[in-house]
Amino acid sequence: MTNRTFVMACLTPLFIFSLLFLALPLGRLFLASGEGDAGWAVYLDIVRKPRYLNTLVLTVLVSLATTIAALVVSTTAGMFLVRNRFWGRGTVLSVLTLPLAFPGVVIGFLIILLGGRQGLVNQLTPGHVVFAYSAIGLFLGYLYFSIPRVLLTVMAAAEKLDPALEEAARTMGASPYRVVMDVIIPGLMPSLVASGAIAFATAMGAFGTAFTLATNIDVIPMVIYTEFTLSANIAMASALSIVLGIITWILLLIARSLSGSTVAGGG
Amino acid sequence: MLKSKIKMLQLAVTLLACAFLFVPIVLSVMAGLTVNYFQGISSGLTLKWVFQVWDLYAGSIFLSMWLAVACLFCTLIIGLPAAYGLARHPGWMSRLLEEFISLPLAIPGLALALALLQLYGSMKGFRASWTFILVGHVLYTLPFMVRSILAVLASMDLKTLEEGAASLGASPWQRFRDIVVPNAMPGILAGALTVVTLSIGEFNLTWMLHTPYLKTLPVGLADSYASMRLEIASAYTLVFFILIVPLLMAMQWASARAQRITQ
Repeated sequence: MTNRTFVMACLTPLFIFSLLFLALPLGRLFLASGEGDAGWAVYLDIVRKPRYLNTLVLTVLVSLATTIAALVVSTTAGMFLVRNRFWGRGTVLSVLTLPLAFPGVVIGFLIILLGGRQGLVNQLTPGHVVFAYSAIGLFLGYLYFSIPRVLLTVMAAAEKLDPALEEAARTMGASPYRVVMDVIIPGLMPSLVASGAIAFATAMGAFGTAFTLATNIDVIPMVIYTEFTLSANIAMASALSIVLGIITWILLLIARSLSGSTVAGGG
Repeated sequence: MLKSKIKMLQLAVTLLACAFLFVPIVLSVMAGLTVNYFQGISSGLTLKWVFQVWDLYAGSIFLSMWLAVACLFCTLIIGLPAAYGLARHPGWMSRLLEEFISLPLAIPGLALALALLQLYGSMKGFRASWTFILVGHVLYTLPFMVRSILAVLASMDLKTLEEGAASLGASPWQRFRDIVVPNAMPGILAGALTVVTLSIGEFNLTWMLHTPYLKTLPVGLADSYASMRLEIASAYTLVFFILIVPLLMAMQWASARAQRITQ
């Protein structure tokens, strides 16, 4: 066997697997989106029918809020952890990255323990404070799994920042605010955009968390699920899946081109 | 003075984030071990709920473990030779193939499951068997395995090593077995731990692909959240944590080790 045929033989199982279980199913999904009563106009229906459009807007808004909050929290914590060595730093870092492998359903349940009917906040505060099943609960759930992802990306970039630049800015009389705005943020920018894109894409596609929390509000993954299982509107479920898939794929492509590699542990 | 104020603010945000992530975990562990969560810890501690979870859901826990092992086997069989092939044959074709198999990282699991269901849903024997869930898990974890090994292989001078071995008369298979595999070990280990951790926790695909007779651990969790009392749901979550947290830590250790080698 020559070198070349051996290398080709090595790639064959991957090629066959991804053809059978990725290329063909995705092709089928695309065709199925056009097989409904509306034909290919199903894609227009997404923006024409208020039910889908409102859901899309709400999903984007919650994801956007999550992204901004995760960026603020994780950048602050990440910079602090990179620049300071203290007792318990390892533990703090472990706690902040622990949720990386938690499935969305578990995170949904954890939010219920915080803000559900038997939740901590409801027990500690007078009156009836239940937020787990609203947009706030969803936002907190998404924030829960976004913090570790953003933190790891930002910390990797922050470690490569040159402290001498900040030192120089300070000796030349820059205020701490100006140092952050003019030195630190620009230095971190690629990784901020990258991790923001990751957080946004994950939030848009999150199904498990929405599945446990979104009893009162609709987000895109929940609509896909109910269209498919309850309404048997397979064409719309497929069309929404395709649109969602393209959005998240483009976002992650941007993230990857900016930060080299994305943090392992998606979903 | 100003600087220390900023530092205190940073510390506060960091600790607040820690509390936000950690307090619910503590609540969940506590709820799984107390006699009556609504009355609080004062009602006493018990392992009753954990045993009840075992009676109710042991099958789903074993199914998840079995799926994770089978998934690891498949991703190794497909991913290891593929990573080697991609490393030896760089170019736009390989880039494209790598990009394509990475799609399941970007496309939500729900969409992938819908695609699989529409193409293979009518094949009843396949649809109803555990192998259907396995396909979903392999699809989702394979890119992690391939990339993890590829990163290690790309960082070393594979070509020179192999030419040396070839000049001594080693066949392609011998070189793969004696040079590539041992050198790729850190990447294989990191990839393997990632695959097992992700497979055990996978929900988005599995929820669509599972049948009432085939419930994995996360599917059982969703089931218990919807239909069981809070204590049982928490005890089940506790069992899940005991399983996943050591795996997660091992995975992070192995990934950091593999990354050091590639730099």
